[in-house]
Amino acid sequence: MKWFNLFKREQPSEVARDRIRILLAHERSVTGSSNLIALLRNEILLAVAKYIPVDLEQVDVNMQRGEILSTLQIDIQIPVSAKSREVAACDA
Amino acid sequence: MARVMVVTSGKGGVGKTTSTAALGAALAQSGQTVAMIDFDVGLRNLDLVMGAERRVVFDLINVIQGQAKLAQALIRDKRLDNLFILPASQTRDKDALTEDGVAKVIEELSSNFDWVICDSPAGIGKGAVFAMQHADIAVVVTNPEISSVRDSDRIIGLLDAKTEKAKKGQSVEKYLMIARYDESRASSGDMLEVDDILEILSIPLLGVVPESQEVLRASNFGSPVTICSPKSAPAQAYNAAARRLNGEVIELTIPKEKTPLFGRIFGGRAA
Repeated sequence: MKWFNLFKREQPSEVARDRIRILLAHERSVTGSSNLIALLRNEILLAVAKYIPVDLEQVDVNMQRGEILSTLQIDIQIPVSAKSREVAACDA
Repeated sequence: MARVMVVTSGKGGVGKTTSTAALGAALAQSGQTVAMIDFDVGLRNLDLVMGAERRVVFDLINVIQGQAKLAQALIRDKRLDNLFILPASQTRDKDALTEDGVAKVIEELSSNFDWVICDSPAGIGKGAVFAMQHADIAVVVTNPEISSVRDSDRIIGLLDAKTEKAKKGQSVEKYLMIARYDESRASSGDMLEVDDILEILSIPLLGVVPESQEVLRASNFGSPVTICSPKSAPAQAYNAAARRLNGEVIELTIPKEKTPLFGRIFGGRAA
């Protein structure tokens, strides 16, 4: 039975796998934006945290989607003490 | 502090409640204290699967609204005295859940138990989000079927966006539990294989539960499959999954149902 099918048509599981792959590739590109924001937020925070101490509770992330362009806004509150230390380091 | 785990899937009927009951019982059998919360407000079933339906007095909504204390609403399992259920309300709807209320209940349970397991309702609505919100670990239950795989993908997206961990920039530990798997149909090309599903969803595998009559039998009796038929293939899969959740490294195999000798001789070819 299986041998005949092999020559005639695709296995049902192959059809299913290909359909779901194509579908999810599309859906992830449409609905996956929340994941993209989470990723961006993490990477940007990591980069900032390398130089300045960051309180994770004091971070605000916003994304505005427009037809022509979208903007990603990330507000990170920097404690005064950290800032003055930074300036001092730059001056020196 | 407890580890908070959500059992979720998106699609209904894939085995969330069965998995919650079986994993909860397996973790309790390993000696840890476990509280299971049914988040399916309006359509509760964990009480039934656990055989505790006649002992429900108060429920999650009563606790949230202050009509009952948590200790009054928790039902101790008849078989394992370190396993508890917090039933959902059958008469209210999901709007009765509040963010603060859920957070308080989970916080209180967390300080008294080793594991808090949240049985999510189907769908991606408010109820499912409440169930996953405080999770450290998520078990995504999937059947080897495209609609189930698609819904699991959505749920994985929600886990990365809507949970407290995600909001703090951390991530929930996500695991895949493939239920109702039929190895012979998969190897003959009639069903998605484990590797296909893993490649598509790309989260680590916690276990593969073979399709088995023992699951229905256990729910008929109101007993988790790990207690009702501890030697059955599903029970083996859930027990191994529970050990993995406890950090043990065990090789992942798909347990096989033991067929009686006669079945093996006469039944082998017919199947």
